[in-house]
Amino acid sequence: MQTPAPVGYAKATSVSDALALLKKHGEDSRIVAGGHSLIPMMRLRIAAPEALIDINDVAELKGISIEGNEIVIGAMVRHAEVLSSPILFEHYAIFREAEKLIADPIVRNRGTIGGSMCQADPSEDLSAVGAALKGTVVIQSESGTRTVALRDFHEGPYMTKVAQSEILTQVRFPIRPGAGSAYEKVERRVGDWPVASAGTFVVVKDGLVADCGIGLTAVGAEHFCAPEAEAFLIGKEPTEENLSAAAQLAADSCNPFSDQRGPADYKKHLAHELTLRALRRSAAASQGA
Amino acid sequence: MTAVEEVPLSPAGNPIGFGSMKRVEDARFVRGQGNYVDDVNLPGMLHSAILRSPHAHARIVSIDKSAAEALPGVVLVITGEMLAGVPRPSLLGDNFAWMPTLSYDTQAVLATDKVRFQGQEVAFVIAESKYIARDALELIDVEYDVLDAVMDAKKAMDPGAPVIRDDKGQTDNSITDVHGNQSWESGNAEATAAAIAAAEADPNCVVVTEQIPYPRVHPAPMETCGSVAELNPVTGQLTLYTTSQAPHAHRTVYAMVAGLPEQKIRVISPDIGGGFGNKVGVYPGYVLSIVGSLLTGKPVKWMEDRSENLMSTSFARDYHMKATIAATREGKILAVDVDVLADHGAFNGVAQPTNYPAGFFHIFSGSYDYPNAHCKVTPVYTNKAPGGVAYACSFRITEAAYVIERVVDCLAAELQMDPAELRLKNLIAADKFPYMSPTGWEYDSGEYEKTMRLAMEIAGYDELRREQAEKRAKGEYMGIGISFFTEGVGAGPRKTMDILGLGMADGIELRVHPTGKAVLRLSVQSQGQAHETTFAQIVSHELGIPPEDIDVVHGDTDQTPFGLGTYGSRSTPVSGAAASVVARKVRERAKIVAAAALECSPDDLEWELGRWYVKGDKERGKTIQEIALLSHSSLELPEGIEGHLDATAVYNPPNLTYPYGCYICVVDVDVLTGQVKVRRFIAVDDCGVRINPMVVEGQVHGGLADGIGMALMELIAFDEDGNCLGGSFMDYLLPTAMECPDYELGETVTPSPHHPIGAKGVGESATVGSPAAVVNAVIDAISPFGVRHADMPLTPANVWRAIQGRPMRTDMAVE
Repeated sequence: MQTPAPVGYAKATSVSDALALLKKHGEDSRIVAGGHSLIPMMRLRIAAPEALIDINDVAELKGISIEGNEIVIGAMVRHAEVLSSPILFEHYAIFREAEKLIADPIVRNRGTIGGSMCQADPSEDLSAVGAALKGTVVIQSESGTRTVALRDFHEGPYMTKVAQSEILTQVRFPIRPGAGSAYEKVERRVGDWPVASAGTFVVVKDGLVADCGIGLTAVGAEHFCAPEAEAFLIGKEPTEENLSAAAQLAADSCNPFSDQRGPADYKKHLAHELTLRALRRSAAASQGA
Repeated sequence: MTAVEEVPLSPAGNPIGFGSMKRVEDARFVRGQGNYVDDVNLPGMLHSAILRSPHAHARIVSIDKSAAEALPGVVLVITGEMLAGVPRPSLLGDNFAWMPTLSYDTQAVLATDKVRFQGQEVAFVIAESKYIARDALELIDVEYDVLDAVMDAKKAMDPGAPVIRDDKGQTDNSITDVHGNQSWESGNAEATAAAIAAAEADPNCVVVTEQIPYPRVHPAPMETCGSVAELNPVTGQLTLYTTSQAPHAHRTVYAMVAGLPEQKIRVISPDIGGGFGNKVGVYPGYVLSIVGSLLTGKPVKWMEDRSENLMSTSFARDYHMKATIAATREGKILAVDVDVLADHGAFNGVAQPTNYPAGFFHIFSGSYDYPNAHCKVTPVYTNKAPGGVAYACSFRITEAAYVIERVVDCLAAELQMDPAELRLKNLIAADKFPYMSPTGWEYDSGEYEKTMRLAMEIAGYDELRREQAEKRAKGEYMGIGISFFTEGVGAGPRKTMDILGLGMADGIELRVHPTGKAVLRLSVQSQGQAHETTFAQIVSHELGIPPEDIDVVHGDTDQTPFGLGTYGSRSTPVSGAAASVVARKVRERAKIVAAAALECSPDDLEWELGRWYVKGDKERGKTIQEIALLSHSSLELPEGIEGHLDATAVYNPPNLTYPYGCYICVVDVDVLTGQVKVRRFIAVDDCGVRINPMVVEGQVHGGLADGIGMALMELIAFDEDGNCLGGSFMDYLLPTAMECPDYELGETVTPSPHHPIGAKGVGESATVGSPAAVVNAVIDAISPFGVRHADMPLTPANVWRAIQGRPMRTDMAVE
């Protein structure tokens, strides 16, 4: 099997402890949560951190709750919990739909929402979900906490607003009464990264789209979202024609590249098709269909 | 569903003879008590790692290993230059830096002049732990002069193409086989060309030509390759624990390569975690562990990681096939011609009988009765990993079955004829067996139409076609794909088949202890095939000894007789026959002992399962267990008859056996996303007599998953720079349970007339037969869009592009 380079290890007991350990171990230390991206990268020697700061035992990073008008998900909440959470399912079907398609049960039992966000893979499913729902993340450092919109969180592939000395502690989503949401993904095989994915929510009020969000992953959508398409749709009837036009705007805003998962033209086509399918189901769910 | 006769059950509840019983191997596997090569840890053992080339084609300017050697814990760093200084018998070249391949070519153990594929072995580090060995690789500084690479086989023979094998003085990338030929032909070229030309000129005939590549895939066994070598510096005894499908053949090859006396070499293949042809060849890593032990005086373990396995060990397929089929408008096939460009990678390392440079590819004429067939196979070197015959391919029969079953569907499309009807019109009739194929194979037995009709009945074929028509009217696309395959397995008759001069007959040894318990010693090597179960059942069938009283020993050259190993579905056809023959020898010997004990002539005795008795007096008899004790007792035996019941045999098969089957696949295709869902898979196999139907079904299940994987997702592609794009399980996709339907199996039983128990071998049937069924189903589903063919793997992108009329080339990087 693949053998990683020598690495140091420290177990954090709290967020402040983790922050102190990050400072102590310096530049080349990394937070490890579920470890389902970082550890394989270390085995392949694509990554070689000098030390791992393990936050698996940090209690304050766990749990899903409601605070006011927001759903709060701790950074250490694992995919399997997101998948099975009644709170999340009550408000947004998109979480269950997306999580069912992320990797396999073994990965979902370990991998975390915070880890997925911070890994910032350009094909990350939860990035599309987070962008669609216009969520925020809470980032903590020794000097305090700050909140960053998920649509402003990514600085590029595998790069986020979380600095070396900081820890992402929460992911938060606004509750939108009457919202319908859905997730659509094409993968080459169960458990593979997406060839393309689209996630949406739609709130239909009085026959018109009152609010909506479109998230896309693996197709080169800037910040994993399609704001022009959303703007087009708001205030319009959720007809097939309007949904398709919005999906086309979303696809037009994507800039996918060719790889072994598929050529760019196909991915662009999927951006349209999957956005349309997700919008259809979201609108229907919002209207109680 | 089983055609096996009812047999009595043993005290343990197992069939005495043939029938389903649980695999005895599983008791240790499910408890985590298997013993694989990586589980072998010897006192003082050192570990190792191989530095591999990052480039597909580059000249080595210099290698600086001083920093690696200085790392604490590193014992030795070996380079090709060092190996070149280790002399060995001139028979096979003059140094250890190169080794012979199974096709009489040479392969670098460690590169001395150039690297010729990404992942090629460049240096070997021996250290106190595998972690240190791996750390040391990063301290070796190799300066490369990067050269243009040949990644597209179709460009390998272009004028001015970079020459890969300049070490051999070559001026192009052609491959000359051991017979001196640069391409290999079979069948009747003139008659086939004439028949095709005549059909082209005849308005009552059609001719269809299609490019049908079978891209490069990988066996990807769960256990990667590795070895532990212990060369005793005092006795000169080499013990090699290794992942080998052919321990005896490997021992002989090591004797030749290393110049070691063969009796001083003991090859042990412990539990093997899957082979699929990947563990037939000898890899540089094995040789390096031996050299490492020679140079350090300590045991040395080498165990590759997943990426090394995928990038450097035996691939499979990589056949660029062009098929032409001629037929009458009524659908009678007249002739088939196949032209193949074969990509063999940087070294010609294919494992196949010497007389068959393209393996058994010329069985491509398939299961149909027509007079004219011809193929031409031209191999070339490219800057890819060597190997070539692997992955349950039955010596290229997988490619052959795929090309004929695909082009027959292309013909059906051209004729606008149901592909089932077209096949039924052309299947070889039952009364034509033994059937001589147009390329010279003598098919031993078959009732093809019966098998096909059974598959259609299980599938509900007519109902499926009705459903398809209804769905199409609603804009839903389902497809039904058929494949009818015939294999020739069980290589093979010694007169015509050898590997590196070693005839393909198998030895066997059966010892019956005084208490009537037995030990069977095999040369073939299970990698999951359940030999310990099924070979005991063969002996049980012949002698009536309960299978639980028979231990099967394999995987140790010191404990078993010589034989060529397990690949090409040969274990049952060759060693299975040997087991039957050796048991019958014991039975005849038992007859003489029984006659002496019963004070009668052996001619007066009759056999029933487990017992000799006096004709006409059934009460007067002796069981095989009683006879075993008597044979070791003071009983006086006739003059010239030795005691005991032990026997040995060598089985030289008179012909191959020809298992066949009809597979039907049903898929649903989302034409807007290109996604394929395999809804049903019906597999009716005829592998002759089934020793253990449960094991057969397990083999078929695994092979069907293989086939679905190759048809839909498995692929080793390369970019123009020579980067392997399938070097991990993130990129090389294996099917999971989610992609595999609940298989619907059926069987017909047409015994092989020349095999002692009528069995035919089934290890590769499903892998051979299923890819065409899946591909035919997908193409059938999207045929309303004018698609007649698309290349494997049929990924969502590829299917969507085919529907758009812009099919993708799959063997190179997606653009």
